Amino acid sequence: MAKELLKGNIAFAEAAIRAGCETYFGYPITPQTELLEHMSKRMLELGRVFLQAESEVAAVNMVYGAACAGAKVMTSSSSPGISLMQEGFSYMAGSNVPAVVIDVMRGGPGLGNIQPSQGDYNQVTKSAGHGDFHPIVLAPSTVQEAIDLTTLAFDLADKYRTLVFVVADGAIGQMMEPAELPEMRPLPEKRPPWALTGAKGRKHNTISSLYLNADALEKFNLDLQAKLALIKNSEVRYETAYLDDAEIVVVGFGTAARVAQTAVKRLRDEGLPVGLFRPISLWPFPEKQLAALAKRTPAIRAFLVVEMNAGQMLHDVREVVGTQIPVRFKGRMGGIVPLPEEVEEEIRLTFEALDSSSLHKEASNGRVAR
Amino acid sequence: METSIVISGFGGQGALFAGQLLTYAGMDAGKHVTWIPSYGPEMRGGTAHCVVIISDEPVGSPVVAYPDVAIVFNLPSFHKYEPLVKPGGLLVVNSSLVDQRSSRTDIDTIYIPANEMAEEWGTSKMLNIVMVGAMLSARPVLSLEAVEEALKAHLPANKKHLVEGNLQVIRQGFQFAAPAFH
Repeated sequence: MAKELLKGNIAFAEAAIRAGCETYFGYPITPQTELLEHMSKRMLELGRVFLQAESEVAAVNMVYGAACAGAKVMTSSSSPGISLMQEGFSYMAGSNVPAVVIDVMRGGPGLGNIQPSQGDYNQVTKSAGHGDFHPIVLAPSTVQEAIDLTTLAFDLADKYRTLVFVVADGAIGQMMEPAELPEMRPLPEKRPPWALTGAKGRKHNTISSLYLNADALEKFNLDLQAKLALIKNSEVRYETAYLDDAEIVVVGFGTAARVAQTAVKRLRDEGLPVGLFRPISLWPFPEKQLAALAKRTPAIRAFLVVEMNAGQMLHDVREVVGTQIPVRFKGRMGGIVPLPEEVEEEIRLTFEALDSSSLHKEASNGRVAR
Repeated sequence: METSIVISGFGGQGALFAGQLLTYAGMDAGKHVTWIPSYGPEMRGGTAHCVVIISDEPVGSPVVAYPDVAIVFNLPSFHKYEPLVKPGGLLVVNSSLVDQRSSRTDIDTIYIPANEMAEEWGTSKMLNIVMVGAMLSARPVLSLEAVEEALKAHLPANKKHLVEGNLQVIRQGFQFAAPAFH
């Protein structure tokens, strides 16, 4: 299919439809409302289910219900709405049902504002609800990737019977870029064997997250952890640029990674040895790949994490890299997108600090440069 | 080669559509393009702006500190972007609504009475397209013909009756700036 100029939010919605999303439940919130709006039109055209619920809490429980019935289901929201949905996410994790969630993040905490942010990183990767679980979390940095990762999200949700989040900041939701949509997939003819479809002619299925017996609940958790370990092994995704002889590696995702890419490219043109590492799966985080990079020869002298938050992924990078190599941080908050010049400046400062060796003192003292 | 263009005006002056027009034309010309709007409360009565990037390579940052080109439709936009245009860049000013001049000597400037010029061909609402025409004359990142084609293809359905007028005013804008730049 030919490329068309698409807004990120529309791309998410249309990609979900073409991946076979049969049911959508949501509640409007900026900066992702165009997603819901597109769904409201297209899902009805196609004879599928679109329902604007009375709240995010209602929407997420409708998602849970549709997932239990074996329907391909999606919801979308932005940061405050995602907070409201957390109880439902946990119930779904406790029931091993698949669903796709799009979070177009905005500035927080609280109502915050409607400008781009990456402030939900910890929430979606580490704390999407109570109990021990992680959704798969995918972070696109272009409109094309928004399409590709939404398609992948439906596949992974079904494959592992898990929640899959696709997280973007408001900039990716709002921007337009040329992108190519895939062909429409046919809808599934059969429901999965575990689904609640009425027990006519077969033994009944049970889906519940309630295990009053502690041994039974521990057994459930061990199985869930085994599934998460499998995902951790199999579903890591990331992209790199200019790493070969890089002495400083910038780590960022989503829009922050695009901004960093511009800064890195400009400094490369000047001959500075700087590279880029962009996690695409935020959970599972590309731990082994970053750890290997930290240990390689020629040596990386420093990492610089760039985020649109106060330094959330920073902790994951720091844990993997350890204290031998300094890890610096550049972040903007409040809905502000960092500019390439700011990142360039931070990279230059990092080189200067390395040359004056103050960074290595910080690192060997066990302190991490901020 | 990468060109960043900021287009800014009051909500309703067509800054966002003018940006989309360039983006469509850039895409159809085989370039890498991004369009990112301001969104939110400023659209209701305040200023609205968008950033367009047209590049020979994949676009990294969709936002810029110092644009190559700023097209300003009103006074608040002039105040905001006049100081930010990259040295050697271009500032296009709607002199129908902005009575000030830039004091900068390191950029090119065009002062164009876009409202009046648009009104001659039907409605002052086409001021955005006048200004795009003027910009293309001074910075031919895309051909006038390519943008005309994009106008025909992408003017919203409820504005189709304005295609001819828009084609007229984009040429008027282009010719207005031509003597200084050709």
